[in-house]
Amino acid sequence: MTAPAPNAGIESPHDSGVTEDGVRRRDFLNIAAVSFAGVGAVAVVFPLVNQMNPSADVLAEASIDVDISAIERGQAIKTSWRKQPIFIRNLTDKEMAEANAVPLSELRDPQTLAERTKPGKENWLITLGVCTHLGCIPLGAAEGEDKGPYGGYFCPCHGSAYDTAARIRKGPAPLNLQVPEYVFDTDTKVTIG
Amino acid sequence: MSFPWAEAYKPKSGFTQWIDERLPLPRLVYGAIGAGYPVPRNLNYFWNFGVLAGVALTIQIVTGIVLAMHYAANAGIAFDSVEHIMRDVNSGWMLRYMHMNGASFFFIVVYIHMFRGLYYGSYKAPREMIWLLGVVIFLLMMATAFMGYVLPWGQMSFWGAQVITGFFSAIPIVGEPIRQLLLGGFAPDNAALNRFFSLHYLLPFVIAGVIILHIWALHIPGSNNPTGVDVKSESDTVPFHPYYTAKDGFGLGVFLIAFVIMAFFLPNFMGHPDNYIPANPLSTPAHIVPEWYFLPFYAILKSFTGNFLWIPAKLWGVLAMFGSILLLFFLPWLDKSPVRSAKYRPTYRTFFWVLVIDVIILGYLGQAHPSNWTVLASQICTAYYFAHFLIIVPILSRIETTLPMPNSITEAVLSGEADEAHPVGVSATNPAHPEPAKA
Amino acid sequence: MVRFFGIIVGLGFVSALIFSIIGSLPFEAAERTAVEDFHQKPRTLALASDGAFGKFDRKQLQRGLQVYNEVCSACHSLRLVSFRDIAALGYNEGQVKSFAAAHEVPSIDPDTGEPATRPGLPKDAFPSPYPNETAARAANNNALPPDLSLITKAREGGAPYVYSLLTGFRNPETYRNEKGEALPADSKPGTGLHFNPWFANLNLAMAPPLTSEGQVTYGPGNPKPTVDQMAKDVSAFLVWTAEPKLENRRAVGWGALGFLLIFTVLTYLSYRQIWADKKH
Repeated sequence: MTAPAPNAGIESPHDSGVTEDGVRRRDFLNIAAVSFAGVGAVAVVFPLVNQMNPSADVLAEASIDVDISAIERGQAIKTSWRKQPIFIRNLTDKEMAEANAVPLSELRDPQTLAERTKPGKENWLITLGVCTHLGCIPLGAAEGEDKGPYGGYFCPCHGSAYDTAARIRKGPAPLNLQVPEYVFDTDTKVTIG
Repeated sequence: MSFPWAEAYKPKSGFTQWIDERLPLPRLVYGAIGAGYPVPRNLNYFWNFGVLAGVALTIQIVTGIVLAMHYAANAGIAFDSVEHIMRDVNSGWMLRYMHMNGASFFFIVVYIHMFRGLYYGSYKAPREMIWLLGVVIFLLMMATAFMGYVLPWGQMSFWGAQVITGFFSAIPIVGEPIRQLLLGGFAPDNAALNRFFSLHYLLPFVIAGVIILHIWALHIPGSNNPTGVDVKSESDTVPFHPYYTAKDGFGLGVFLIAFVIMAFFLPNFMGHPDNYIPANPLSTPAHIVPEWYFLPFYAILKSFTGNFLWIPAKLWGVLAMFGSILLLFFLPWLDKSPVRSAKYRPTYRTFFWVLVIDVIILGYLGQAHPSNWTVLASQICTAYYFAHFLIIVPILSRIETTLPMPNSITEAVLSGEADEAHPVGVSATNPAHPEPAKA
Repeated sequence: MVRFFGIIVGLGFVSALIFSIIGSLPFEAAERTAVEDFHQKPRTLALASDGAFGKFDRKQLQRGLQVYNEVCSACHSLRLVSFRDIAALGYNEGQVKSFAAAHEVPSIDPDTGEPATRPGLPKDAFPSPYPNETAARAANNNALPPDLSLITKAREGGAPYVYSLLTGFRNPETYRNEKGEALPADSKPGTGLHFNPWFANLNLAMAPPLTSEGQVTYGPGNPKPTVDQMAKDVSAFLVWTAEPKLENRRAVGWGALGFLLIFTVLTYLSYRQIWADKKH
């Protein structure tokens, strides 16, 4: 940032005797001005990037209440939370027994059914309906859909199969279907998110 | 590019040399806005406004691109999507207010830039092409600004679109079909809003392209200067960097302070309350005015009230409004005075300042409630506007007696020292003039 | 050639203007209208949010919300504001939820698909009192009560105008302007209209909304709910609904200004120092 030597301009008399101190002051001023411009530019970039984050109205969609009183044992419903599908499944005793019978060592993403449900409500399996492979919606929640070889969910896009605890058993997906944060407000009402 | 003593680009490192041999972009930048561009040493602060206009365009493009990520160009939800930006999008209110006020600042800066050119004769040979491209940029800016103002789809947006496209209906026979073509309907609606958004996104990049041509054309003869005297030797110039980059940096700081004051503390000062009312095709606002930067032209439009010759008043108004801008294209040939700077053209200088005041009054009259006296005043001011460019300037350039000019920029700079020793108004070139005695 | 044609064209425009001027002479004196004689400029209203350092008075905004909720909302919507937004007035999550739940918002019956209502959630916008414009006009003598979300930005005069209008209803029979003139007969309000010298054309369809002290019951620790106080409070509230990010905006503005002042001083010193050896 040092200025090149002046051209054939008119040299002012004080310029001839530039002291050590004067040189440092000159450099300091220019460096400070340019650094300030740099800091300002970075400060401006923040809102320009941050505007892409979810806006306040999107964040306000963050929780939903679901009435689960109408779901019989063995049935499931699909609902939507943050514009993503949610599967709520009322497991039968047989399905729970199947899930509990699998040794954890056989699982790609080891988790017990109890870890994926709330205590005392182990029959209520609430998961995101988003395949952990590449985000398709697995089949198996609606009546008559293919539940796949493990009786849970089956993703038609790339063949990932989930068991009755929605754990990944076969296919390319790396993880079990994600369990969202939720609480039982009453026996028949859950708040997701 | 322009002068033999221009510093040649010398790569500082192996890397820049490698680049330069394959793509001489560093060389181009160095010659355009670096130490390789010699600039007259006597430029005053009015020469900051070209760079500031570039800054204003950058602000508009950057904020505009991010606003377009949230805006919805649909007549049903456009207004609400702008309010969504204002209320819910992270920092959305800031981006929108910056864009809104940025448009006004772009025009402020460009108007000062243009009047600078008029005062110092920057449009004259050999710089006609720079001026012509500048007028093209100005026209593109007006089109972009108009279409941008339509996008929030408030009352002023809607009725602005209605009135401005109405200009075309003044054209005999084909006028109404042209208007329908432009709007894609009989009144502004979804079709118009969508095409305005598309063009509003496109035109700024066209402006940026024409600006590159504008700067390219500038680098052929080099910058004009307050004396209007050509650069003659190396002592007349300084390298653009660091001399003018430093000066422009300071100018940028002052500009941004003014911008922040308006955008953050008075964001709606230059706007109109009616544009916070959603567009309603069935109700015209009581007092409809364009944005402030169009007001002088709006006053010209309104000032023709009589059918003269075979042309109806409405067409006169529209012709005059477009003519008032288009005549700028002919200015380099209307003013053939060999002296560029108004500094050495005392009579032209007087008329120049009358024009400045005239345009300011036209701007005031553009938004005034119409009454007998405001209409009369705008008729007189409009007459002066046309007379200035089309009658006074051409005649004056033949008959005016100009003042003696310095032989070179360096001489003018040095004699400035003598100037400072004299009281204001007493010419240094006339040392015989008696000095007021000191008490 | 250019100059020759330029002068011809210039003379053409100037002649057309002279012709226009002659055509409009002699001037006929315009008659003064009742609006010119009786229309009032907004009264002054000092709010905590005024000025470059102003901050909202949250207690006042809460009172204003109460006035809107209990009085204005009978006819006026606030469609750009959501229940979740009132957290900014100093309400906690539970209060926001119960405020929202006290309002019925449009919905569809999940079993039949018929239009229905459900209790509001924080994410919902304030519901409109009428299902559509036609219904609003039908219920209001063909006048449309405007949405209030942006009203203080959408009217010349802003909050002081809203305040003046709310407290500006006068008896058209006894009203006298500054010159002591009575309202001319043809400017008196027709049926369903109400005289208010702060309204653009002097007569508006809205009946005086705030009529008696105590119309809204303020909680303890608040000023007495006089008509004037309620009008002030709701005006302050409507400043917030129109510009909820006002405080944020000024804070960022001050930060930016401070930064830029230092930047400008630095660039000025740098500029002076670089040019120190050049006379210009």
